[in-house]
Amino acid sequence: MPDYILTSEILNKASDILVNSLINAGVRTVLLIDSAGNILVNCGQESEDVDSISLAALAAANLGATSQMAKLIGEDDFSLLFHKGKTGNINFGRIGNDLILVTIFGEEVSLGLVRCRITDISESIRKIFEG
Amino acid sequence: MAIIDLSKREVHCKIVYYGPGRCGKTTNLLYIYNAMNSEHRGKMITIDTKGDRTLFFDLLPLNLGKIRGFNIRIQLYTVPGQVMYAATRKLVLKGVDGLVFVADPLKVRKERNIESLADLGRNLEEYDLKFDEMPLVLQYNKRDLVDTPVPTMSVDELTEDLNKELKIEAFEAIAVKGTGVFETLKEISKQTVHHVATKHLLNKQNP
Repeated sequence: MPDYILTSEILNKASDILVNSLINAGVRTVLLIDSAGNILVNCGQESEDVDSISLAALAAANLGATSQMAKLIGEDDFSLLFHKGKTGNINFGRIGNDLILVTIFGEEVSLGLVRCRITDISESIRKIFEG
Repeated sequence: MAIIDLSKREVHCKIVYYGPGRCGKTTNLLYIYNAMNSEHRGKMITIDTKGDRTLFFDLLPLNLGKIRGFNIRIQLYTVPGQVMYAATRKLVLKGVDGLVFVADPLKVRKERNIESLADLGRNLEEYDLKFDEMPLVLQYNKRDLVDTPVPTMSVDELTEDLNKELKIEAFEAIAVKGTGVFETLKEISKQTVHHVATKHLLNKQNP
């Protein structure tokens, strides 16, 4: 698992993609984290209000645990991890080997749209961080 | 796995407290949480089972101030010590930058300490890491039990069991009272930041 060195250029590029594709579509908060639970990029309206450090650690652990459960039933991994709340929802998606994209959104945005947008940008985000 | 954010001038490192069940890993974090000013620490997250054993991990984010203009942010994790939680222990170790091994001095836990250290070695190997390439510190916890009728091991016995080959820095501690807790944290933070900085920053800034 590599260490990441983040420059302004890398962060701006990734942030632009996430804002254009997801935040502008109505997603509240987007966190790009690594599988150790470190935050690489944090953007969106409520990103200052959310305890993003805790969220990132729990998201990485959640995905790690889910991945182990998948193996127990003979799967490599589950492709969809989504939690639905009363007013807020959270979706987790893997990007490349070590990155996780966490999106938090309300009822005004559909899960389908979020998932389509994530699929669209996954490769560009992966290239920025993993080359 | 460290993150070095050149735009915000921050270094993020992950330090994991490892050791057999009930050795006092969470107690270390709780003492640090209670003793530190809230400006320098975040919320502590604990995922416990009912019997207050750690089920998944504890997390305590700390801000250690600036070194050479870089803000040092450290996340302290603990692993569940019980043998049955092997898979979770491995998950928490993912991306670790520094380690504290907390040893239990009770005579009845002698084998547990040795097994847990061997388990740590195996888990590190799975991530292509080795003891001698990692910042690692030992803590001999619960030293207050030495003066009680409970059969305990001496520091020499613990050293013979755990530190004979590693030859790393070891601290005596009483985590419930805070003795040795910050000494351990200070040493592992220093080693971890030095390790990460040497690897990525110092070589490039001062060739």
